[in-house]
Amino acid sequence: MLHLGSLRSDAAQRRTVKADASSVADWARRFEALGATAVDERLRAFYAQGVPAGDTVLADVPLLAMDFETTGLDPQQDEIVSIGIVPMTLARIQSSASRHWIVRPRGVLNAESVTFHAITHAQIEGAPDLGAILDELLPALAGCVVVVHCAAIERAFLDAALKARLGEGIEFPVIDTMALEARLHRRHKSGLFAGLFANLFGRNAAPLSIRLADSRARYHLPRYRAHHALTDALATAELLQAQIAHHFKPDTTLKEVWA
Amino acid sequence: MQVEQLEILDFLAAHPPFDDLPEGVRESVAAAIDVRYYKAGEQIVDFGEPAEFWHVVRSGAVEVFRRNGTLYNRLTAGGYFGEAGLLRQGRVRFPARALEDVLLYLIPQAVFLDLFENNEAFADIVEIEDRTRLRQVMSRRLDANDLLSATVETLVGRQAVVLDSTATVLDAAQRMTAEGVSSILIIEDNPDVPELPIIAGIVTDRDLRTRLIAPGLGYDTPVTAIMSAGVLTITYNQLVFEAMLAMLRGNVHHLPVMKNQRPIGIVALSDIIRYESRNSLFVVGSIFRQQTVDELEALVPDVRACFSRMVTEDASSHMVGCAMAAIGRSFKQRLLELAEAELGPPPVPYCFLALGSMARQEQLIVTDQDNALVLDNRFDPAQHDEYFRKLAAFVSDGLARCGYTYCTGGVMASNEKWRQPLRVWERYFTDWIERPTPESLLHAGIFFDLDGVWGRMEWATRLRELIARKAKGNSRFLACMARNALLRTPPLGFFKDFVVESDGRHTNAINIKRRGTAPLADLTRVHALAIGSQSLNSFDRLKDIIDAAILPLGRGQDLYDSLEFISMVRARHQAEDVDAGIDPDNSIDPEKLSDFERKSLRDAFLILGNAQKFLKYRYQPGRAN
Repeated sequence: MLHLGSLRSDAAQRRTVKADASSVADWARRFEALGATAVDERLRAFYAQGVPAGDTVLADVPLLAMDFETTGLDPQQDEIVSIGIVPMTLARIQSSASRHWIVRPRGVLNAESVTFHAITHAQIEGAPDLGAILDELLPALAGCVVVVHCAAIERAFLDAALKARLGEGIEFPVIDTMALEARLHRRHKSGLFAGLFANLFGRNAAPLSIRLADSRARYHLPRYRAHHALTDALATAELLQAQIAHHFKPDTTLKEVWA
Repeated sequence: MQVEQLEILDFLAAHPPFDDLPEGVRESVAAAIDVRYYKAGEQIVDFGEPAEFWHVVRSGAVEVFRRNGTLYNRLTAGGYFGEAGLLRQGRVRFPARALEDVLLYLIPQAVFLDLFENNEAFADIVEIEDRTRLRQVMSRRLDANDLLSATVETLVGRQAVVLDSTATVLDAAQRMTAEGVSSILIIEDNPDVPELPIIAGIVTDRDLRTRLIAPGLGYDTPVTAIMSAGVLTITYNQLVFEAMLAMLRGNVHHLPVMKNQRPIGIVALSDIIRYESRNSLFVVGSIFRQQTVDELEALVPDVRACFSRMVTEDASSHMVGCAMAAIGRSFKQRLLELAEAELGPPPVPYCFLALGSMARQEQLIVTDQDNALVLDNRFDPAQHDEYFRKLAAFVSDGLARCGYTYCTGGVMASNEKWRQPLRVWERYFTDWIERPTPESLLHAGIFFDLDGVWGRMEWATRLRELIARKAKGNSRFLACMARNALLRTPPLGFFKDFVVESDGRHTNAINIKRRGTAPLADLTRVHALAIGSQSLNSFDRLKDIIDAAILPLGRGQDLYDSLEFISMVRARHQAEDVDAGIDPDNSIDPEKLSDFERKSLRDAFLILGNAQKFLKYRYQPGRAN
């Protein structure tokens, strides 16, 4: 279920340009193409901002951590109820410039499905449709590389939401902290020690959890209450800084970590 | 406000100095915070770089350094750094590095300065000068304690009743009954200043019972025959607790209060009871009623209970120290009375000396006995020493049984070296002061805190005068004393459940006496000797030192506050041990310290450390580090 495209060699990526967003090698050219065909003005403006080149070093990349709370896990049926975004760079998480929106889903909500979002029905009843906040959301995303924990959710839900409202979807590059964690985890598991360990004890060690809270704990980041879009976006931003600090360098290039 | 970073807001609400901010202000701070993660070992800020943020540790641990690279502090969640740079010259003054993986909250300079300007309590806590912060803590404590701040005058209810010394006991009893008082002052004419009569004595209800009726004297007995002469008095503007201490020290229950040399009233023990549990006075009283060493020993639990109660009732360490010293002094006096009763009257006069913390009136509950005997110059060892050896042994053994352990350094009258005629003592002090070496003075410091307890008290005064005269301005002597005063240093502070030493090492516990109160008393003594002060108590000495203006402005008060705070922590922990039924000691486990205590102790240690540097600079200018 994870998008592991980023594990492929650069050469392989260059040869296999697919429609699947997770394996786009040349995001700059992709944005040009998308911008040329987009109809909605806001989308055209978004693509016109472009993206940093793949060989940009991470220290120079404007990033934006993003998290959605949704009514379920299926982007075709379920909908976004809240969005949190936190602009960041490797040097600083600009929590002070973070934004949070609650949006009203179009489908009928039953009471149980939303209780865990820490959002009340009254808040949702009074909230705007997602279409009404695109004027703010898309300019905030423009020019940044989006940071998420589990790219499948944010990408697919935003794409579906835009298709439903504008008749056209959206593509954008992401750095997926969950995929990074899986990649680091997989390396360890296949390493000499993991094998030795498994042999010695005659069984496979339990796989490390790559859920947000568990991943954070590995970097000694504090435990936060889950299921608030803004808190999760901040938590994701902190996790990325920690991952880069421990496993990469400020001059690691964007193409080594994005997808 | 639209943005709700709940985790940030919750964290601020749970940590000082943010927890006391108005909610709206706290929310605006939370909204202004940015965040940064650092891996263990990464440098966070370097010396001299522009100071942009005030840093608050959200999780993990940070080390803060001085410019010269020595460790300044270790911080965990809730700790903060960078205020000095923001408030002073906008450049980082204390470099910082991640000791563990750390998540930091960054508060922009403008937001910090705004908080600092507009929230007094916030500024007090964050104030860059550790000394200022401790001052705040101590002055709040003072405000909260009546006993510490109320003057004797407030206790005076009515004019003192006086009677001429030519009156009879019947006159006294009738007058006391008519006036409804339990004590009366006996006055006589002052031949020099007729308008200022002299207080000849005092007569109390109890005197009528014990000195008149019990011996069966007639009603026409002169009142002077049953009065107590040599009346202790107190001045109207002295503190209530000083009145209490005077009663303790003199074992009296009534004190005339003087204003412009006239008695304006009498303060009785019962007046003070509403200010202080009468425990300590009660203990002193019962010490003098005990007839054997066994009976004295049985009072030990009362002494401990009295100590822990005073501490619990928020007495200052000065008060506790004085009260405990008064109790210790009473034990010595009573033991000497019992010794003389057993051994007979002394063959030559003597003075029994208290040394060290008891002489300084800084005794707590854990203390060893430091004492000495000054004998008459006619003392002949062959003829007299057996008596004084037995006397010293009686007192020393008795004290040991009453909870004052034998001095491991042998500074006791039972040691022949410290049982000598006055002229030998004068030679000791002359040698120490005029031909000093650090070695000879290493264990002699204790003798420079001496107080007469019994017998020829004037000899103790004479020795103190000799010390004050010879020590003042004697730079070689002061340099040696200063060197010894620097042998014990304070730790840097606390980190998690450890004590952090200046070189970064961790230890599990701190000996609060050896690392705090003792070096403070040592350095105070050096300054006191330098200015010729004859005060004994470190707080009194500090007042003399402040008056002499030999310290940079404000530093004397800082030392005063530091001594008070460290002593209180020490006393409180001993009281907790007493209450828990375990033997109290001076070792404190940082786990038992509250955050507030840790912070204030660290401030006090910094003040002590700086004062030690100043001591070196002032008295040993030629010495390198």
